[in-house]
Amino acid sequence: MSTQYETVIGLEVHVELHTNSKIFCGCSTAFGAPPNTHTCPICLGHPGVLPVLNRQAVEYAMKASMALNCTVADVSKFDRKNYFYPDSPKAYQISQYDQPVGEHGWIDIEVNGQTKRIGITRVHLEEDAGKLTHVDGGYASLVDFNRVGTPLIEIVSEPDIRTPEEAKAYLEKIRAIMLYCDVSDVKMEEGSMRCDANISIRPYGQEKFGTRAELKNMNTFRGVQRGLEYEQWRQAEVLNSGGEVVQETRRWDEAQGKTLSMRGKEQAHDYRYFPDPDLVRMNIDAEWKERIRASIPELPDARKARYVAEYDLPSYDAEVLTSSMKMANFFEESLNYTKDAKAVSNWIMGDLLGYLNANNLEFGDIKLTAQGLGEMIGLLESNTINSKIAKTVFKAMLESGKLPKQIVEEQGLVQISDEGAVKEIVVQIVEANPQSVADYKAGKEKAIGFLVGQVMKASKGKANPALANKLLVEVLSQL
Amino acid sequence: MSITTNDVEHVANLARLALTDEEKETFTVQLNAILKYAEKLNELNTDGVEPTSHVLPLANVMRADEVRPSVSNETALRNAPDDEDGQIKVPAVLE
Repeated sequence: MSTQYETVIGLEVHVELHTNSKIFCGCSTAFGAPPNTHTCPICLGHPGVLPVLNRQAVEYAMKASMALNCTVADVSKFDRKNYFYPDSPKAYQISQYDQPVGEHGWIDIEVNGQTKRIGITRVHLEEDAGKLTHVDGGYASLVDFNRVGTPLIEIVSEPDIRTPEEAKAYLEKIRAIMLYCDVSDVKMEEGSMRCDANISIRPYGQEKFGTRAELKNMNTFRGVQRGLEYEQWRQAEVLNSGGEVVQETRRWDEAQGKTLSMRGKEQAHDYRYFPDPDLVRMNIDAEWKERIRASIPELPDARKARYVAEYDLPSYDAEVLTSSMKMANFFEESLNYTKDAKAVSNWIMGDLLGYLNANNLEFGDIKLTAQGLGEMIGLLESNTINSKIAKTVFKAMLESGKLPKQIVEEQGLVQISDEGAVKEIVVQIVEANPQSVADYKAGKEKAIGFLVGQVMKASKGKANPALANKLLVEVLSQL
Repeated sequence: MSITTNDVEHVANLARLALTDEEKETFTVQLNAILKYAEKLNELNTDGVEPTSHVLPLANVMRADEVRPSVSNETALRNAPDDEDGQIKVPAVLE
């Protein structure tokens, strides 16, 4: 994009709360049921029914609000947001207008080694809408109301985000916090976390915001970043060619790699919010707040700071390890079996994450145990195995979940540290490689690396490399 | 506060109602009469009365997070004008 513009982004993130039942009725919220089998007269909006609030949904919303550093309201209420669309059977959504559960929060994100605070305007509780599938070449829609009434929180950020990269970091942090709080599955691919963005650009130094576009349909973390990158470029093109940005809703088209106007929204939304007469207010007293606050575990930022202080880990390692609670727990559990935190971190961030990403798996899907990783590092420290054998053991642990000692015994992988046994191999290698020996004698000390490699190869990776090196030097000096 | 024909057109549009000119006139008069009637409330002195969003002296009416049986797919679709594959079928709406 042209460098003369500054981008201003605010995000609206919807997170489905993983209650068992819907927010205002007893229908199940389970994902993936046959269409229209989790509905009842309440969530279908039939006349004469009375919604009754799910206490768990309120408590999850309070918990999430607190974890996002929001002030939780003393008094909160529900309002009706009126609109006609086939995904809403009542022609209104029960939401919150002027008394949301949480307000005035913030989270810290880290981009390019810089920490930045992003304000959170509000967190409010509402019900989800149904799911539409367009058929008949786009002339008709099929409606599944299973999702109607699933509890959601909407997290609205301040327009503090300045780059698509920051937007992605913000989303990832929100996701991590929700996972730590255990209020949602936050799976973008299943729609339990969704993100809309308001984006505008303005010349650097200008205080007034430019005209914004609302961006929808960014269904992956990558999609959010790419959609915003495209949109900031598009708006700059419009301004640079003397045009004006139109305030409108645009849809990110992943396949085409561009944002498209959704048309027909000339008039501003007019939702005519009013208090829902079916639902009485919530009084949230100090005792209730305290009980919820006590249920919040140590959050990613606090854990990160502790890892740096307690284990002397680099900030980058601590950031990666704490980005998922399961990973952080795995890390800490491994430390019951070894004291070398940096080694654990290296194995998790290198081989383990590489394996998870390559196979599209998550922590929890794998057989490898924290005990296995910790004990394997212990075997490395005690020179029972070398790093080459460790790779083999690690792979075997991923596949079988067995502990390293058992794998080492079964496969005969114990490192050969017996001087006599290694020396035997060393002598053979020296005899078989006169050229390298001559090079070494002529002062090319690097030649010894080749010879060590040959010893390792001859021992099928099992020789203790430090010992092989030492014995080689001895043998060569005697020639 | 009074309602104009423009307001009636706006509200009718939001409610997806097509009104004739005659109906717009009628509703403008009627809605103004209703507002005027409600304005009587302004005669009350409400100094020191806390605003409320609800007439009932109740708060925190909540239920436990327990799943209860839903209705069958057949029942859910009973009022649908058209259906396909267990879903309600409607004309596409372009947002």
